[in-house]
Amino acid sequence: MKLIFERGDPGQHMTLLPECDVPEVSLKERRALPLRLPHVSENELTRHYKQLSDRVHGVNDGFYPLGSCTMKYNPKIDEELAALPGFTRLHPLQGDAASQGALEVLWRMEQALGTITGMDGVTLQPAAGAHGEFTGLLLIKAYHTARKDSLRTKIIVPDSAHGTNPASARMAGFDVVNIPSGPDGCVDLTALRAAVGPDTAGLMLTNPNTVGIFDKNILKITEIVHAAGGLCYYDGANLNAVVGVVRPGDMGFDVCHLNLHKTFAAPHGGGGPGSGPVCCKEALCRFLPGPVAEKHGEKFRFVTPRNSIGRVRGFAGNFTVIVKSLAYILTLGREQLPQAAENAVLNANYMMARLAKNYEMAYHEFCMHEFVMTLDQLHQKTGVSAMDIAKGLLDSGIHPPTMYFPLIVHEALMIEPCETESKETMDEVCAVFEALRKEAETDPQALHDAPKHTPVRRLDEVEAARHPIVRYQFQQD
Amino acid sequence: MGSYVPNSPEVQREMLDAIGVRSIRDLYANVPKKMFVRELDLPHEMSELEVRAAVTELAEKNRVFKTCLRGAGSYRHYIPAVVKSITSREELVTAYTPYQAEISQGILQSIFEYQTMLCELTGMDVSNASVYDGATAAAESITMCLERKRTRAYVSATVNPQVIAVMRTYCFGSGTSLTVLPAKDGRTDKAALKAALGDDAACFYLQQPNYFGLLEDAAELGGLVHAAGAKFVMGVNPIACALMKTPAECGADVAVGEGQPLGLDTAFGGPYLGFMTATHDMMRHLPGRIVGQTRDVDGKTGYVLTLTAREQHIRREKASSNICSNEALCAFTAGLYLSAMGADGLRRAAELSMSKAHYLAGELKRAGLPLLYRGEYFHEFVTACDARTAAAIEKALEKAGILGGLPVEGGILWCATEVVTRTELDQAVEIVKEVLGK
Repeated sequence: MKLIFERGDPGQHMTLLPECDVPEVSLKERRALPLRLPHVSENELTRHYKQLSDRVHGVNDGFYPLGSCTMKYNPKIDEELAALPGFTRLHPLQGDAASQGALEVLWRMEQALGTITGMDGVTLQPAAGAHGEFTGLLLIKAYHTARKDSLRTKIIVPDSAHGTNPASARMAGFDVVNIPSGPDGCVDLTALRAAVGPDTAGLMLTNPNTVGIFDKNILKITEIVHAAGGLCYYDGANLNAVVGVVRPGDMGFDVCHLNLHKTFAAPHGGGGPGSGPVCCKEALCRFLPGPVAEKHGEKFRFVTPRNSIGRVRGFAGNFTVIVKSLAYILTLGREQLPQAAENAVLNANYMMARLAKNYEMAYHEFCMHEFVMTLDQLHQKTGVSAMDIAKGLLDSGIHPPTMYFPLIVHEALMIEPCETESKETMDEVCAVFEALRKEAETDPQALHDAPKHTPVRRLDEVEAARHPIVRYQFQQD
Repeated sequence: MGSYVPNSPEVQREMLDAIGVRSIRDLYANVPKKMFVRELDLPHEMSELEVRAAVTELAEKNRVFKTCLRGAGSYRHYIPAVVKSITSREELVTAYTPYQAEISQGILQSIFEYQTMLCELTGMDVSNASVYDGATAAAESITMCLERKRTRAYVSATVNPQVIAVMRTYCFGSGTSLTVLPAKDGRTDKAALKAALGDDAACFYLQQPNYFGLLEDAAELGGLVHAAGAKFVMGVNPIACALMKTPAECGADVAVGEGQPLGLDTAFGGPYLGFMTATHDMMRHLPGRIVGQTRDVDGKTGYVLTLTAREQHIRREKASSNICSNEALCAFTAGLYLSAMGADGLRRAAELSMSKAHYLAGELKRAGLPLLYRGEYFHEFVTACDARTAAAIEKALEKAGILGGLPVEGGILWCATEVVTRTELDQAVEIVKEVLGK
């Protein structure tokens, strides 16, 4: 497919702006570099972008069992409400009095997320999950700093953690202590006990963890960290399994982030915008980034917490994403939020039970909202890898599961169906998985060659990294 | 009511039987019993119709100003109709990060095109796929410039205070020293910059046009920064880039900025888009996603996420940043906006904005609000008055449905873009005259 720069000609343009109704002025010193932007008619422009969007696989296109990403259905009503001019046309600095509805949106969201997580304070400023991790870790840092506990420089991270956890810890100025997981994929209490000490700032943990198992020692784990003087950080990536059922605050966590674009049905937009609110216990509230929305009598206003770590983002957050998730929470309410979590767990266990007949599971117990298969044996026997199976799925219009994560499982495929999939869909997908398993035995080469029916086939990533071409080269260059 | 779960209780029962348990709660066997939530203190579930009414009511509690003369980091520009018509397509809205390149060519190619357009705007060699917003882009740019022996960052006091605030937070994290260098008459104090930079200086960050709308002498400041062996980072307004000397022409090593003016709503502050561009030498220090061109097994051109060895999922604690999500749909929007505008259209938007701002400044001066600073400005400027007058003007304008300039130290920070008409500007000036008693 052509690039937009290869379409149209310099004579083409759109008529968008009026004549100037005031005396014209311009800059004294102007750019000498040419500005080579596309020059296309509106018709050509819309066709180009329609063609691009035809080459995208969204949740509406088919099953999307991307583990750890919670690709649930994104309700249309949420989109419509977030697009109301009463939200989209607000200037972020138009003042509290003129923004009462927007402040109420933020305040209601803070209340709802505090209730759901069992925490006391909330900031909606972080723009994504990793941004929330960074924010939460800064709260931990501010807490220890305020106590003049300057030796606490280490964050403990299990080897099953998302890559963002250690990266966020580094950005917040901590050293990372990796601890191995036990054979059950859960925290090894002995390793944890050996790792904690007077230099422990905190622990970062996902629960259910990245292999999809709820750590039954969770209270013991948070107790060990607290006893050593550290704080506990909950990575909310997997909250969809337990929302409304169990609360991070009750597990003993002091601070957590959530992903509105996972658990609370805001769409992913091809990789953003997301929203990664952070919730914390009372002891950390005074450090939260400002501003936060507060209610005083019948009025709402922005306030900055007393010992705020400062802003982590320009304005108050990815506001219209927050509107979408608030609409979702209002829709499900106290009755259906736990039902959603339970059905996510039911769906995952159903798929696991079906697939276990043909694939090897990495762990042999009930899972929560996702489970991990290991294709190690299949790979050794047939040469067909997790990657090959994933690419085979593409030809059936199914988005592959998360591949090669967590790192502690060889040839991993991590499947998260979400509560919004029907049994009918899952049965169809399981049949495809079963067929691919057979094909691995009978015709492994076909899977090495997959996909065959996608707009492009397997791409040379090594070449892309070795000789990076990261922009279009115009002919005159 | 209030559910998106498709499986009926009967189907759920079948599934439980297939798993071999009696109830869903049996699957939560690892959860300590005392930990289960008994009652969730949230509102009751609602039908779609009720949710629509409830949220619409919240939207209607806000004031949407007919005329907006406020910028300060968020700008109301014209958004062509094609932008929303295309960006609301559900496959674009609902897709994930393009890890599976074969079925994500649309997102990947759109980012490749976006990267190219941002390079054209700034004159820089490479662009990433975007970060959260302009302020986080500015903060991440400091991290890009840190070296073992160069650990101090400097920023001009003429930078948007909110951007400086975010830089401070990030520097608190990384333990980097950040010094704000003083301004003189609304622009960066060159002598202070020269005196401040030592051989431990990592970078200096300059905003162009600056917070007060003024054009800085960027090339000369860049020269001073390079003479001290530090990196020169510019935060630029992308619309102004259509006219002004590009960061590349000013010698910038890194150029970043707030991408919101490129077709995104002001939307009470987000979602926005932070763009990050750099010289070739700095490419591997860029945080976040980068899309590269390559070929598939049949030799067909295609696009992939590349240079991932910088990123958290590979490098973990050694990554250049923790960033995972970019603002893909916002980058898609910016690319689409720039394609619709074209170079002529973008220049036109810049010239109209600048002309209207200058007209407004002239009329306000005649009304009794002189400019606080001298020197060339783009589409924002500060008029001088005391805080009480500023507040009175703001209030009077609001009454007439006009969001006036932002009260700042020493006066009011105004902004005009192509969307305001002369009639609206004249109306605002009349109101200012009344407040000033003229």
